[in-house]
Amino acid sequence: MPKIVFTEPDGRRREIDAPAGITLMEAARQNGVQGILAQCGGACACATCHVYIDPAWLAQLESREDMEEGMLESAWEPRANSRLSCQIHVTAALDGLQVTVPQRQG
Amino acid sequence: MISTILIIGGGQAGAQAIDTLRREGFGGRIVLIGDEPELPYQRPPLSKKYLSGEMAADRLLFRHRSFYDEHRIELKLGQRAVRLDAQARQVALADGETLSYDRLLLCLGAASRRLTCPGADLAGVHYLRGIADVGAIQAGLKPLARVVIIGGGYIGLETAATGIKMGCEVTVLEMADRIMNRVVAPSVSTYFSDEHASHGVRIHCDTRVVGLEGAGRVERVVCADGKSHAADLIVVGVGAVAATDIASAAGLACDNGIVVDEHCRTSDAAIFAAGDCTNHPSPHYGRRMRLESVDNAFEQAKTAALNMLDRPTVHDRVPWFWSDQFDNKLLIVGLSQDHDRQIVRGDPASRSFSVCYLKGRELLAVEAINHSKDYMAARKLIAERTLLNPEKIADGNCALKEAV
Ligand SMILES: Cc1cc2nc3c(=O)[nH]c(=O)nc-3n(C[C@H](O)[C@H](O)[C@H](O)COP(=O)(O)OP(=O)(O)OC[C@H]3O[C@@H](n4cnc5c(N)ncnc54)[C@H](O)[C@@H]3O)c2cc1C
Ligand code: FES
Repeated sequence: MPKIVFTEPDGRRREIDAPAGITLMEAARQNGVQGILAQCGGACACATCHVYIDPAWLAQLESREDMEEGMLESAWEPRANSRLSCQIHVTAALDGLQVTVPQRQG
Repeated sequence: MISTILIIGGGQAGAQAIDTLRREGFGGRIVLIGDEPELPYQRPPLSKKYLSGEMAADRLLFRHRSFYDEHRIELKLGQRAVRLDAQARQVALADGETLSYDRLLLCLGAASRRLTCPGADLAGVHYLRGIADVGAIQAGLKPLARVVIIGGGYIGLETAATGIKMGCEVTVLEMADRIMNRVVAPSVSTYFSDEHASHGVRIHCDTRVVGLEGAGRVERVVCADGKSHAADLIVVGVGAVAATDIASAAGLACDNGIVVDEHCRTSDAAIFAAGDCTNHPSPHYGRRMRLESVDNAFEQAKTAALNMLDRPTVHDRVPWFWSDQFDNKLLIVGLSQDHDRQIVRGDPASRSFSVCYLKGRELLAVEAINHSKDYMAARKLIAERTLLNPEKIADGNCALKEAV
């Protein structure tokens, strides 16, 4: 099963087994990764699942769609490597992906 | 000293409260009592991707079971709390067990409002509130099935859109003169009516249902105008009623919901409440309200948890909500009541536009259709009470956040 490595806001590293097909957000939430609130449950309606993706991995991801782009614009401290974790589906190719959770959401 | 916290209701609010209590370092006993047998789960997909079968049941759950074990949460699921004794600080469960508490949190949610017309109890008439309701509806959403939805609110319209996807013939009956009339601007109702019509949903407004008929099982819906609509399946979405039974029986103040203050505290100092079941004050809008939204349940639960731990915190949020219908995302932030001006940004024909509600120069609410930029900008502008320039708002080329 692909492993995703989340760094929580306090710096703690969490290695999560994430079955292919679910989203990064779901993997994080089911396991209680801190700082991913995911209020809308993946509907791209809350921007409280914002994460920073290790830049080395960015090219491997499906690109941002307009709705996600618009949500991220007003997220807390958006960066070039910002993504909504609910819009990224886990695949075998993402095994080892490094993700950092921002200090705040919204 | 607070050693035991009981939470009744394992929905959105109950699940969030657990999270906050443990995250804030509460090390005592936490017991979650919920009458549904499932681990806490999200309801919004029930009328959307879960209903259509695109989303599996395990993806509805907020957390894996291991999360509750790790956080030492005693789960009493499939168990109804039947009595609350506020004096003795005790809760009785349906199986006879009695639990004592130092602090109690009521996250009872709301129940679908029932039809009362003749024939309302015929087989084939369904409501949509929990996982247990979905199976029977899904079974009826077969190609060419004649599905009649009573009520043109969010749940009815989302179910209609899903029914069309499943190949059903769908009719929506709405009592008011337009769909979603209590929650969106006329232009937004028109946009969604057109969307539904173009996918084949027949929407009848100004239509009051007076009876359901059939031999044992519903066959048709009869309306006040004398027309009737043949039906194999009926889904009723005419709103929800706050669950207050055990609270009012225990003598807690209730009035369209359990009455709480800005700290989510009920009329009993040891009892708190959060989510759909509360009637609460909104400092931002200066009045009391009862809301049914994920955000409200989530945020009130957080606030209630902090206050239960004697960390005074005020619940003061600008509400927000979303709805998915076909490939459209409706995003709503704020409450439009009391506005004196409505400005439409962008062209509905482009399938991406927003409606801004102002009182003077203050933004009260925004309804954004496939327009996440305006929605996100509005969340900040409304919360911060930024004064805006109406001419700039009306200029669709000016970003909303720059319209000052
Ligand atoms: C089909 C559907 C679609 C929705 N879509 C959206 C959406 O798109 N966006 C949005 O923001 N909101 C949506 N909502 C609303 C949102 O789901 C609710 O606002 C939210 O679930 C409220 O959380 P809650 O914890 O207050 O109540 P609930 O989630 O309803 O949880 C209450 C729980 O308490 C239990 N309970 C009640 N009384 C007792 C008792 N005496 N003993 C034990 N257990 C008890 C109930 O059975 C239930 O499990 C939708 C709701 C539904 C039904
Ligand atoms: S979970 Fe709400 S936008 Fe990702």
